[in-house]
Amino acid sequence: MSRYLVDKFLYTVDRDPDLVERYRAEPRGTVLWWEAERANSVLNCHGGEASTWLRFTDDEREALATHDHVALFALGAHPFLTLTLFIAMFERDHGPLEYQKAFGARLAHFSMPYPDIAT
Amino acid sequence: MATIAAVIASTHHPFYYRASTATGEDRPPFADEWVRKITAFRQTLTAARPDVLVMVGSDHFHQLWLDNMPQFLVGKAPFYDANWYNEEREFGLPKMLLKGQEDLSAHILRAGLDSGFDLAFSNELRIDHSVTCPIITLRPEADLPIVPIYTNIFAPPLPRPKRFVQLGQAIREIVESWPSHLRVAIVGTGHLSLELGGPRQFGPHGPDPEFDAKAVEWIATGDIERCLAEVTLDSLHSPGNATHGFMDFMLMMGVAGAGRKADHVDSLDLFHTMEAYFTWYPNGVPA
Repeated sequence: MSRYLVDKFLYTVDRDPDLVERYRAEPRGTVLWWEAERANSVLNCHGGEASTWLRFTDDEREALATHDHVALFALGAHPFLTLTLFIAMFERDHGPLEYQKAFGARLAHFSMPYPDIAT
Repeated sequence: MATIAAVIASTHHPFYYRASTATGEDRPPFADEWVRKITAFRQTLTAARPDVLVMVGSDHFHQLWLDNMPQFLVGKAPFYDANWYNEEREFGLPKMLLKGQEDLSAHILRAGLDSGFDLAFSNELRIDHSVTCPIITLRPEADLPIVPIYTNIFAPPLPRPKRFVQLGQAIREIVESWPSHLRVAIVGTGHLSLELGGPRQFGPHGPDPEFDAKAVEWIATGDIERCLAEVTLDSLHSPGNATHGFMDFMLMMGVAGAGRKADHVDSLDLFHTMEAYFTWYPNGVPA
């Protein structure tokens, strides 16, 4: 059930330019802050309606805290979310498409069927 | 009753806007050919003289999220803001504002529900590149009112391929039953073989050229039967982990009709994915 929360982290960060920069510069601190302060907000509700049970597994928290996109793929994080956020953070450090191709190459040991992404 | 002026199906490559507007050293080597093909494709819509565009696409986790995911959603708003910060960031897409056609939205919702499709609706839909890319390629003036229809090709569990075909057939009948003198073009975008966030992404071609060739043939000839015989939710993983977007092409085959050959067929073998463009004229080729 926490695969949903991993996807929600990636989705939440990817749509916010300040969070993209914060996660790039300070991944572990951002993950811990987000899990404590943001993870359990529900829809458009006030804080009193927060979820009481959503949290990362240790593997998920570590994969997010270390920018480990290979581990996230293995855990079933939605690959579109991981890709688009990681392009936002790291493409700037590389030549055209260099980062995207390297991203794929690091996943070369995976074959079909890929890890389940259903939440 | 409304007239269906054209049925159009295409890919929606978000890099087209940047590639087509780039100059000098920034302009990729394939840009000129891509622009030529898009210009010819655009003419197929212009010649149809549409008044309204029904736009079938798929939200890419921009507005629709796993807390409340609709399978099929119809926009019903007077205006639609378009494109998101992360699309501007990655593709250089501009912010856009498109007019809505609320009467047709209401008609599609009422008739769609009565036809057995439990359509969701949104009065607050911000649309993304699946709708704006075909605007940029086919109607860059962005001057026609639209009805956006979003499908879920992204977040399992997905509807099965046959359901997409059935919805396309229903949309065709529903638009034709709209009590209006207006000319409606139905435009939908999907994918051929495509991999995103996986080991086969960003190759020199789409990840499965053999699938692409078969898919183009199915669409161009309206061979819904063979397409449905070969394509399942499970099989669509094989040509690439994002190939479920092909089901939006299948929806458009349903709109065009079984056995109906496309009047315009073109494709462009780009890196990453193959581009493909199809136009049908249900009421005859414009003079």
